[in-house]
Order: sequence, then C-alpha cells, then structure tokens
Amino acid sequence: MAANSGRDLLRVEDVSTRFFTEEGQINAVEEVSFTVREGEVFGIVGESGSGKSVTALSLVDLVESPGRVTDGEIWFRNADLAEAVRDDHPGAVDGEFVDLRQMPDGVRRSLRGPSFSMIFQDPMSSFNPSVTVGEQIAEAVEVQRRASANPRSTRSRSQGYGLGRLLLDTVVPTRSYVSRESRERAVDLLDQVGIPDPAERADEYPHQFSGGMLQRAMVAQALAGEPDVLIADEPTTALDVTIQAQILNLLDDLQAETGMSIVLITHNLGVIARMCDRVSVMYAGEIVERGSLDALFENPAHPYTQGLLGSIPDLEDPAARLQPIEGSVPDLVDAEMDDRCYFADRCPKAMTECLDKPPEFPVDGDDEHAAKCVLADHDYVESEALDDDYFASPLEGMGDTVEGEADD
Amino acid sequence: MTDPLVEVEDLEKYYYEDDSLLDRITGREPTSVKAVDGVSFTVERGETLGLVGESGCGKSTTGETLLRLREATGGSVSFDGEDVFAMDGEDLVDFRQRAGIVFQDPFSSLDPRMTAREIIAEPLAVHDVGTAADRRSRAAELMERVGLSSAQLDRYPNEFSGGQRQRIGIARALALEPDFVVCDEPVSALDVSVQAQILNLLDDLQSEFDLTYLFIAHDLSVVRHITDRVAVMYLGEVVETGPTDDIFEDPGHPYTEALLESVPRADASEHGRRVDALPGDVPSPRDPPAGCRFHTRCPYAREACRETDPQPVAESDSAGDEQRRIACFRTDADHDYWASEPLEHARAEPMADDD
Repeated sequence: MAANSGRDLLRVEDVSTRFFTEEGQINAVEEVSFTVREGEVFGIVGESGSGKSVTALSLVDLVESPGRVTDGEIWFRNADLAEAVRDDHPGAVDGEFVDLRQMPDGVRRSLRGPSFSMIFQDPMSSFNPSVTVGEQIAEAVEVQRRASANPRSTRSRSQGYGLGRLLLDTVVPTRSYVSRESRERAVDLLDQVGIPDPAERADEYPHQFSGGMLQRAMVAQALAGEPDVLIADEPTTALDVTIQAQILNLLDDLQAETGMSIVLITHNLGVIARMCDRVSVMYAGEIVERGSLDALFENPAHPYTQGLLGSIPDLEDPAARLQPIEGSVPDLVDAEMDDRCYFADRCPKAMTECLDKPPEFPVDGDDEHAAKCVLADHDYVESEALDDDYFASPLEGMGDTVEGEADD
Repeated sequence: MTDPLVEVEDLEKYYYEDDSLLDRITGREPTSVKAVDGVSFTVERGETLGLVGESGCGKSTTGETLLRLREATGGSVSFDGEDVFAMDGEDLVDFRQRAGIVFQDPFSSLDPRMTAREIIAEPLAVHDVGTAADRRSRAAELMERVGLSSAQLDRYPNEFSGGQRQRIGIARALALEPDFVVCDEPVSALDVSVQAQILNLLDDLQSEFDLTYLFIAHDLSVVRHITDRVAVMYLGEVVETGPTDDIFEDPGHPYTEALLESVPRADASEHGRRVDALPGDVPSPRDPPAGCRFHTRCPYAREACRETDPQPVAESDSAGDEQRRIACFRTDADHDYWASEPLEHARAEPMADDD
C-alpha cells in the first residue's frame, strides 16, 4: 500500500535528548528528525535501549529529570495555536506550524490531551490501583472538559486540586472533581473501545480487568481529549498474540473513525508491518533508516535493518539458520561513544570511512527512503574493510562473541 | 519405531486456595486452580518438543512439574523408562544430573552475588563432581563453549548484558552434561538480534551434545524455527500435538488456527491484513468452562462443545506411527457436534455436511 499522502502534521527536526547521570551523560536520542502526516500510522522500531521511547516522551515533553531535551525543534500544525502565539513568539511560528520547543510549559501542557495523547506499554502499572477504571477515565475527560472552556490556561483544569479543595473534600467527601457528564462520557469511551457492559466495568478496579481489557481502557483514556496524534509506546508488548490482534484491530478502527495520526513505537517488526505506513528504524539513539513500509521491508539499505529482518525466524518458512547481528547494543554513555557510525562495531561491512559519522543518504534516489550508511551511497569496498577485531578492546575481553572467535 | 526419553501421562498440578487450617475448621471447601489438568505428551530422544500457549495456560508449570521442581498432584512422568515421581535417594540425584533447565529471565535466575565461575560450577559442586580445580577448568570450558570469554569468569552477573547472562544460564544447565534440558522461554526476554544468537547456540549445542529439549515458548515464529514437534496448550490442557511443519501448515484445532492467524508477520504484505481476532479473554483457571475449554472463544463452537469435553484423538500415518493428536470434535466427521446448534458468538460457517 502506498504511503498516505496527507499533509504534514508534525515535523521533528534534530531533536536530541540527554540524561545527565552519575555515570556521565547518556545520549539517549541524537539529532532525530522525522515527520508525521495527517491520518497515517508512523512506526518507530528498534531494540531496547535504542531511544525509541525517549523519542516519544520528548515529543510530549514528558522526559523526566535527569533527562532533558537539549536540542532541536518540534513543529506542530495547529492553526489556532499559531494565531494565538504569533504576537508573543514570532520566531516560533511558521505558517500554521508552531515550534513546541519554544512554547512555555503551560502551552505545552494544554496540548496534552486535545493534541497529543499517549498509551503506555504496561497497562497494569499505568493505572492507579486504588481508583476505579471508570473514575480514572472520567478524570481525564473532566480535565479536557475544563480545559476546553479555557484552552490556554492550565489553571482552570487543575482547579479543584488545591489545598482548599483538599480540606473541603476531607470534611465533605461526596463533593467530587469529576462531573456526572464526564462519568457518562467515560462509559461511552469504554463502550467505544469494545469493553462489554461498560457501565458495570467502569465501577471496577484495575486488578479486576485482564491485561487486554486494561489496555483497551487505557486507549479509552487516551481518547478522552480527542487527540490529533496518538503516541502508542509498545501498546501490545505485554499482551498475548490473540489479545494483541484485538488491540491492533481496535487501533486500526479508531484511526479510521477519528482520522487521527498514530505514532506506533515497538520492537516487533510484525506489528510494524501490519500497522504502519512509514517507518523509522532506530539504533543507539539515532534514526538509521527511514522510508515507506514497502521500501524498508523489501529493500533495506542499512546493514542494521537487514540484520534485524534476518534475525526474525519466519513463520511461513523455517530457514535452517538465523542470521543474527553479532554483539550487543552499545550503552550510550557520551564518553564512550566515538564520533563514528555507532553500528560499525557490529556491522559485517564496516569500512575505514565508517569511523567518521555517516550523513543520511537517499536510497535509490527516493526522497522518502534514506539511510545513515555509506553503503546507501556507494558499494562495499573490500580492501577498505576494518579488521575483525578492530573494536575489541584488550582490557574488556570480548563481548558477545561468535563461536570460533572466542578463542583469543 | 519411537524412542521416547520423557513420557508424560495425565500430568496434573492443582493449586488449592482457601486451604488453610482456619478454612478447614470452618468447613470451607478448598477451591482448586487447575494449572495443569491432564497433560500427556512424549519427548523423543534427540528431538525438540515445543510447548506453546499464551500466558497462564500452564506451560511453565508443566515444565517445572515434570522435572519435579514442583510436586505434581496427579499423573506420571517417566524418564528413560523410570518413574520420576517414585524416585528417591540415588535415583533422584541421578535424574537431577540428567535433566536440566534454562530459565526465562536471565536477570533474576542468576545469583547477583556469585561470579560467573561460581554460577556455572555450582551444579558440579552440589553433585560433588571432580576436584575444585577440575570444576574451575570445566567452568572455563563451558564459558568458551557458549560463546563467552573465559577472561570474564570472575565477573558478576550485573556486568553482563541480557544475552550474555542467558549464555551463562545455558552453561550452568550444561555443566552436568544432561540428556534433557527444559528451556523455559529462554529467549523471550531478549532483543531480536540477540535472540537469534541464542537460538543458533541452542541449535549447535543440541547437535554437539545430543540433547533433547523441551522448548517452552509463546512466540510462534521461534517455535517454528527450533522445534521438531509441537504441543499446543490452552487453559491447562494440550489441545493439539504433532510435527511442527504439519501443525503450522495445517492447524487442526481451532485454537491453533487462531494463534497462527494472530501472529503479525514481518513482511510488507502484512500491511493492513485484518485478523479475525478471537473474542474475549482466556477464562480463569479457577473456574474453567465446562465442556471444551475453548468453546467460549471458539469461532466454530456449537452446543455439543458446551456439554462434553473432547478427548484427544490420535491420527496415525501409513506406517502406523502416531502423528497428531487433536482434541476437537471437528476431526470426527460423524460426531454429534455437526448436528448441534452453533453457539451465539460463533461465526456462521457454510458447512456442506451440516445435516
């Protein structure tokens, strides 16, 4: 299927996120750029530690200390917002686009819900275990309801959570923050995500839900603000395959219904293949290859993408031998990262020029399909190849070595 | 023709709730959770049998119970002709040497306060094999064999990556030169690129040491890759067994069919493929449905499925060897099933012989 040709909704340019820990600076996300279009499913795939979740958190400004988005621009199309902030922040407005990184915290917060919403990997730990599911969803609805009454203010939505309110609630416990309308809307949302008997289930606690049901409830909560972009971070990883199929169908249906864009983050290439229109592959904090689904799966240019695809046992055709990528993912401590292609130490085709950081090359002249690898630009030159043990540090011993190579 | 190493017959593992002294005094009936409920299969010498199912279906409990890491509440297991549950003393020690296990989580299955050398040599010390010096050199040898460097022997588990830890877990399982290894989800905690390394390693070790594996997994593509035969479990029961290729090409039980259908393929042609997802959730094993346990989700369920539990029916090949066992009425063309009414949630299906 061809990539969706909708307008750009989100333009992410050179975003870097770093964590400042005791062990040193961790470059979790390094100059990541991509665009998300209206009504498409955009996939980010990578292994654990590749920075895909941090990328998602960076979009919605939810990176927690000691982490910080240090660089880059996040342009979001929102004509109303552009109009509203044009006078105060002329540099942050480009047509209908607004650079969210230059917006004050209050504005960014006001976008969470009506513009961006997020679902997380582990439904069991994402809900408050001591509040009913219905109440938690109603709370999200209520926040949006109050916010839409006064879009640019964060005060209106947090009203009722102050000290006075707390004291009042202690004395008169029946007074509640959540209105009856919000509760009704919560039940509607539960119904929309396919939970049977939504009115009864709304009064149950998270532990009374199964994993699949709770994931549905989390989707319902994310839909409370009718977001333009839904960020789904490993939404099916904690689930069994039959339940995973249900949730993927649900996301598919909801997208068709609402026309929202979905940023789908997963390590599962099968999920990517089923859902996404365009895909970015992340490795060690960078996007190493991006392109349409077809381009990436049929004609992967980066050796890492090729390696990922070669590592997966095929359900239809059990090959005699898998072709794994040797070694393991580097940890991203700044001091230990040389300025080279981060994949060179595991790459079967590493050459001397890989010791310099490769720029992004278009693959086969396709604008949409690009890879951060010199092989996308020219062919492998055997005489330039690095020695097999070039990256083996004598002190460290060997990492995950292959059989036969371990006899050092 | 067949040469089974492990034979499991009607294995049962029930857990009881409300079974405390107080409950007994007040006369409350204990309720049982039937984690494993009448499971039978055989593992042939030198083969890899896959045990597949979703979380909570009892596959790990089956693996642990047949190794006597948990006491079974019923059934029997024979290992190389001997009854495992009747073993004691020397026999049991001998069995423990010949049957090992690799656990799922490489982070919690290694003692953080022991070095790699101590971890790998511990089974040798427990079984009093060789001198301390022998054990040290054996640990080094195993370390090299699983693709790590013997220079890393004195490191602690936290200094290794997930894949390297799993290699240590494998080295530990191999220390006593077992004949049979239960691999309980050995790759599910690993990234795909590392997962492929471990699968290749397990493959190599099997041919080198003539190992027999019971491979417990939920990832069907991994199972397809590494196993010779498969047993599919649902809610404590085995619903289908047979050669891997046969089952994947032509699933016999509706549950197997649904499982295979649900797996997203890593291929561009997968895009937009709509899966007829199974409705609902796996029922609780505290209160499993009567009749066929799968009938609440089965797209072909009929009244007959609600009333009686289908027994596994063996299919044999021309040589008379048993090939497959399927516990579903649909394998029997003359069964009352075909005459009974479809259940409400079942898909309407055009059936020629529906009379």
